[in-house]
Amino acid sequence: MQSNSATPSGASAYPQRRPRPRHDQRLFIAVTLIPMLLIFLIFWIYPIFDGMWGSLTKWQGFNPNRQFIGLENYRTLAEDPVFIKSLANTFWFTVLYMPTNIVLALLLALAIEATGVLRTFFRTLYFLPVVTSVIATALIWKWLYQPQLGLFNQMLEMFGLPAQRFLLSRTQALPSIVVYTLWKDVGFTMVLFMAGLKGIDRSYYEAAYVDGASGWQAFWRITLPLLRPTFVFVLITGMINTLQIFGPIFVLSGAQANSPPGGPSNSTMVVPVYQWLTAFNELNLGYGAAMSIVLFLIILLVTLAQSRLLRNQDY
Amino acid sequence: MSTALKREDTALRVSAQTRRRVPWGQYVLWVVLGLGSIVMLGPFYWMAITSLKTQSEALAFPPTWWPQKPTLDNWRGLTNLTFGSFTVFFRNSVFVTTIVTAITLLTSAMAGYVFAKLQFRGRDLLFWFILGMMMIPFTVSIIPLYALMSRLGWRNSYLSLIVPIAFTPFGIFLMRQFMSSLPNELIDAARIDGAGEFGIFFRILLPLSTAALSALGIFTFVSQWDSFLWPLVMIDDVSLFTIPLGLAQFRGRVGTDIGATAAGAMLAVLPVLIIYLAAQRQFVDGIALTGIKG
Repeated sequence: MQSNSATPSGASAYPQRRPRPRHDQRLFIAVTLIPMLLIFLIFWIYPIFDGMWGSLTKWQGFNPNRQFIGLENYRTLAEDPVFIKSLANTFWFTVLYMPTNIVLALLLALAIEATGVLRTFFRTLYFLPVVTSVIATALIWKWLYQPQLGLFNQMLEMFGLPAQRFLLSRTQALPSIVVYTLWKDVGFTMVLFMAGLKGIDRSYYEAAYVDGASGWQAFWRITLPLLRPTFVFVLITGMINTLQIFGPIFVLSGAQANSPPGGPSNSTMVVPVYQWLTAFNELNLGYGAAMSIVLFLIILLVTLAQSRLLRNQDY
Repeated sequence: MSTALKREDTALRVSAQTRRRVPWGQYVLWVVLGLGSIVMLGPFYWMAITSLKTQSEALAFPPTWWPQKPTLDNWRGLTNLTFGSFTVFFRNSVFVTTIVTAITLLTSAMAGYVFAKLQFRGRDLLFWFILGMMMIPFTVSIIPLYALMSRLGWRNSYLSLIVPIAFTPFGIFLMRQFMSSLPNELIDAARIDGAGEFGIFFRILLPLSTAALSALGIFTFVSQWDSFLWPLVMIDDVSLFTIPLGLAQFRGRVGTDIGATAAGAMLAVLPVLIIYLAAQRQFVDGIALTGIKG
């Protein structure tokens, strides 16, 4: 293009013009980076260290004095049945959610890619819950799950099946929230898989079919192995998001206006919700800070596992 | 060479044959995906018709699939609830979301330009540092940030919702990646023509970055519109509530006040839904590109 020829000659022909823009550049850099560094240092970096320090102190709500107590908060945490229950719930949530999410999303991606004309139509449709509000959709699902008047039990009744307690049952509450989360998120994972499928070179399939491979073989030998980066990405982002789940549990758990989230009997309690209750209801900030550090370490491990998994694929 | 061509030729013919054989399979796919669509859209449909039903009809068994006596009472009632008015919540949400989105777009583009196209000492180190910040989960900083906001007196103020995210590592990263792909020659040519750095940024780079800006804008808008945990911690004053905070008040009233709950939920969903259906491609691509959920 014309700009190609302008650069080398321009740069060497008018060296004396350089200094003025440089001053300009310095101003632009300063105007951008000084506020950026201030914001990051004050609101992003400082709180992390403050939180680490705070987790080592007895730190009660409005009292600005923090008394250093060493690892006391962490020691309490290791024996706190609610905290252990929260971790276990997150684990079971992940076990129920991740495989179902991945299988459903991959099947949807393959099916929708195969529909041709209606591809955009179905993609738009299945992606729709992803863009809508968590709080709003969770409220509607709470209504659907309602034991006496909810649509799910009304439908069960119409088919002559026994009514379920769903969110009010200790055993059904967590799976019910998993089902809501699947409905909300499967379109997101599906779009990631669709992007992954698009990245696979058609010629692999053509070569395989010429060599007499069946569609089934092509799927297992070509599609799945080449989707590996997508699988890793979906798995890791899914796990990180699951570890931090808050909104759906906050809305879906708790039958009365004043019942705290995480119930019944802590069966849907997860770390972010427990942390919220501890820090902002009981104003036990130090203990809550210790929870967030533990959660951070878990997330860090998951992230490190991701870079390991991605590196291995080079071989 | 010729054998390769022939191979491709047969491959094309094979795939053409299979394509011709499929049609009935296509219908099966459409039916299955259509049934799945009912599951995906059902809750929205149920929310919409429930918001138009009378209280007694909403609680009736067997359920009605279409409002028998459609009424706007639930919607009118939203302006006058025991805990506040959704007119106020809606206005607050629009205000905060618009400001945050505008600031994010500007600061991300500026910083993206600085990191992509300008030279200064320590640039790459700083950029890596910002990348590292993306890995910090919000749950880690929420408690100390709460304490900091209390000290600053920014609780129950939109400053607490806006200022900490005036710059975001993610936005900077996205814009930097995009602007790196723009040709340097354009910038050099403009400099030779005597354009200042701000002129280059606003007149050349911003107009060329609309694709990335719209992706980032959509992502920021949707995640801010839905933002819940941080506002929940920061805002107690009902007159400052955003829509998610107002909706959360229905948490324990779902069984008793379903009409108002459905209307409020519709109010939260509708604006995003309209923008989504109008620009679904940018939405899907943008959110897939960002790789992080809203």
